[in-house]
Amino acid sequence: MELGIILKSLRRNKIGAVVIAVQIAVTLAILCNALFIIQQRLAASHRPSGVDEANIFMLKNQWVGDAKDLPARLRTDLEALRGLAGVVDAYATNSVPLSNGGDSEGLGRDPDQVEATVLTAVYYGDEHALTTLGVKLIAGRNFQSDEIVDRDGYNQHIPPSAVIITRSLAEKLFPHESPIGKPVYISFDKHAVPVVGVIDTLQVPWGGGGGWGSRFFYNSILMPYRWSVPYTNYVIRTKPGQLAALMKTVPKTLTALNRDRVLVKLQSLSAARVDSYKDDHGLAVILGTVCVALLLVTGFGIVGLTSYWVAQRRRQIGIRRALGASRQAIVRYFQTENLLIAACGTALGIALAIAANLWMVSSFEMQRLNPVYAFVGALAVLGLGQLAVLWPALRAASIPPALATRGV
Amino acid sequence: MFVYYLKLALRSLRRNVVLTVLMIAAIGVGIGASMTTVTIFRAMDADPVPEKSGQLFAPQIDNYGPTNKKVVAGDEEQLQDQITYTDAVNLMNAHAATRQAAMYVTALPVTPPNRDLQPFQAHTRATYKDFFQMFQVPFLYGGPWSASDDTDRASVVIISRGLNDRVFGGANSVGRTLNLDNHEYRVVGVLDRWRPLPRFYDLTTSKYGEGEELYIPFSRAIEAHMESWESSNCAGDVGAPGWDGYLHSECVWLQFWVELPTPADAARYRVFLNNYAAEQERSGRFHWPPRTRLRNVKEWLVHWHAVSDEVRILVLVAFSFLFVCLLNAMGLMLAKIMNRAGDIGVRRALGANRATIFGQCLMEAGVVGLAGGLLGLALTALGLAGVRLIVSESTARLTHLSLSDIAIALGLAVCATTLAGLYPTWRAAHVQPAWQLKAQ
Repeated sequence: MELGIILKSLRRNKIGAVVIAVQIAVTLAILCNALFIIQQRLAASHRPSGVDEANIFMLKNQWVGDAKDLPARLRTDLEALRGLAGVVDAYATNSVPLSNGGDSEGLGRDPDQVEATVLTAVYYGDEHALTTLGVKLIAGRNFQSDEIVDRDGYNQHIPPSAVIITRSLAEKLFPHESPIGKPVYISFDKHAVPVVGVIDTLQVPWGGGGGWGSRFFYNSILMPYRWSVPYTNYVIRTKPGQLAALMKTVPKTLTALNRDRVLVKLQSLSAARVDSYKDDHGLAVILGTVCVALLLVTGFGIVGLTSYWVAQRRRQIGIRRALGASRQAIVRYFQTENLLIAACGTALGIALAIAANLWMVSSFEMQRLNPVYAFVGALAVLGLGQLAVLWPALRAASIPPALATRGV
Repeated sequence: MFVYYLKLALRSLRRNVVLTVLMIAAIGVGIGASMTTVTIFRAMDADPVPEKSGQLFAPQIDNYGPTNKKVVAGDEEQLQDQITYTDAVNLMNAHAATRQAAMYVTALPVTPPNRDLQPFQAHTRATYKDFFQMFQVPFLYGGPWSASDDTDRASVVIISRGLNDRVFGGANSVGRTLNLDNHEYRVVGVLDRWRPLPRFYDLTTSKYGEGEELYIPFSRAIEAHMESWESSNCAGDVGAPGWDGYLHSECVWLQFWVELPTPADAARYRVFLNNYAAEQERSGRFHWPPRTRLRNVKEWLVHWHAVSDEVRILVLVAFSFLFVCLLNAMGLMLAKIMNRAGDIGVRRALGANRATIFGQCLMEAGVVGLAGGLLGLALTALGLAGVRLIVSESTARLTHLSLSDIAIALGLAVCATTLAGLYPTWRAAHVQPAWQLKAQ
């Protein structure tokens, strides 16, 4: 059988075969882990935020000087913003999804518990928050205007009179019941705060694939505060197609109302998403490039070594051809040889890939490798081996049988 | 002899251009990939204050207690990464270190002298005068404010070179006034370019971000109720309402650094810190035995994961890739040398000993390595330029090739290729001259 001959000849070329097998193994280990990481980062960057990103922009407003009439100024600003043509709605808040800055609190159902049940992002907003963000209310109601309070600092103690929570929070806090009307306790505060509404999806302010926010990505709570501090975030939702124009007019409108302010971080939420996931995309591109380069290097390495083997065995190939072996048989010989080596490499590679993944799981925030990636990677390197061996094998097949009769 | 071997190597490499190009390309690509990531890794892992990193320490004090599980930004020991206002003031007043400074970041509106211009926002660090000497901050004009400015809550400011250029056109602005949030401050100093990477003294928001544009006395910032623009963790207890309540709460929101020149000083400060926490327990503020920690700059950077997981993964991937490239080059070199077994046999028959053959082949590997290294260097530059395009601004700051990176790249290429060449070379040296001659 041909296999016997192949093994016998491989034994004479041990080092060459080992070099190829190890190359294939390491290539496979890198390939499937890299593809897995790329997929995870790209998937993270496509998680829906739950808000109407395409039509929302934000800007930060900081008042100059120690203004005493902040609530009044805020109200004037918001009225002006809501009155602009093309604006759907606007509100002021402490934090915006995808802006990467915000507050978190622990939530529980028992006033005496020491450890919070869940961690949640906290968003302040008035009754305009839901329409501005474009989030869907799936149970209960929106805030009423008499529930809204001006809050002038984090340290002002006014327990919220109501909260709206996301579905994700509702499922964790109230697994088998309706949360509407039930109390929650915020960060060990003894005040019972009733849940008045549940919204479908609203992500935390923090983006980034490997970031801290990913641990409680859809745990968000809305509190009925108007954020009347010297620096606040305005969130503005526009009618479709009007965002770019309004991003130009809004700063002018605000400056015309009052010059004593600094406007910074004027940014659309789609731009904020790009910023948030820029390093994740960068990582994916870098890993992708490395994968392509890796496959090329390994492929050309196989071409080079097999060519050498062909050159070395010209005489033997000539003899085989003279004894009646067809061209296909010669090609098949090299293909089988490569398959044998690549299979050993693949087996070793899968073991290496799993070892590398387990190490990353223990050292970094990383999930277990999905076996599909090992399978796809194995197919890829086996295919690469066959492809790379084809050219040298065809050259071998073209060696004339007459070579056997000639002296060397 | 060296020159002769070099000539031989070049001639041999020219004889099989395809194999030579493949080898150089493999090594070049491997070096390019690994050096691109190593450059970023080295920038993240860099010592931001080389002369003093062993003498600067950040104290940590457990003010939450062992039962409180709401620690978010703390470590596995549940020691907070920042400290409270109460502790900051007490540690400042104790003067137990050679130099010490509490600090936090806020942002102030700057109203340019030309009132037609719109005010703009400047990131501001509120700190003590020791900050500047402790961290060896370079001054272009003027210098730090005085100790009495710290105690008197003086309205003085030190500005960055960039802000000085923007507001004062780059002139020596010491003594001039600057309007910050409708309050006049006197400029006492202008900093020269200063951008420690990582920004070790405050890693709470951006580890590789730009520094601040303004520095004002801590006491002045507290008096003016300037809130921190970075993280503040309160463990449930947010204190009484209002600014005063916040100051006396158990919220941690300040960074604190001390300078302790000798190990003996550090040991003394550790004892002091523990005694301080014990005193807080005696006075009834803490209901648990003292738990404190003092980390120097290096330990602090490790604790804060200054080198990101992503970059660690990339370095691992890149070096595995380099390994594949070297294996590849080794295989090709083996093929190349064994192709020339006849030549080697003739040379051996004519009197070259094994050591000579070994040296000649190794020279060939070295030349390939050097050429691969130069190609790798070009690819590294290209790779870094590519990375700059696709990552965030703060990560892009870490993509600059230094002279030592270049030396590492070339050294790595030559050493690794020579190492990979050892086996093929050894095989070449063991070519049997008689057998080869007979075969011909």
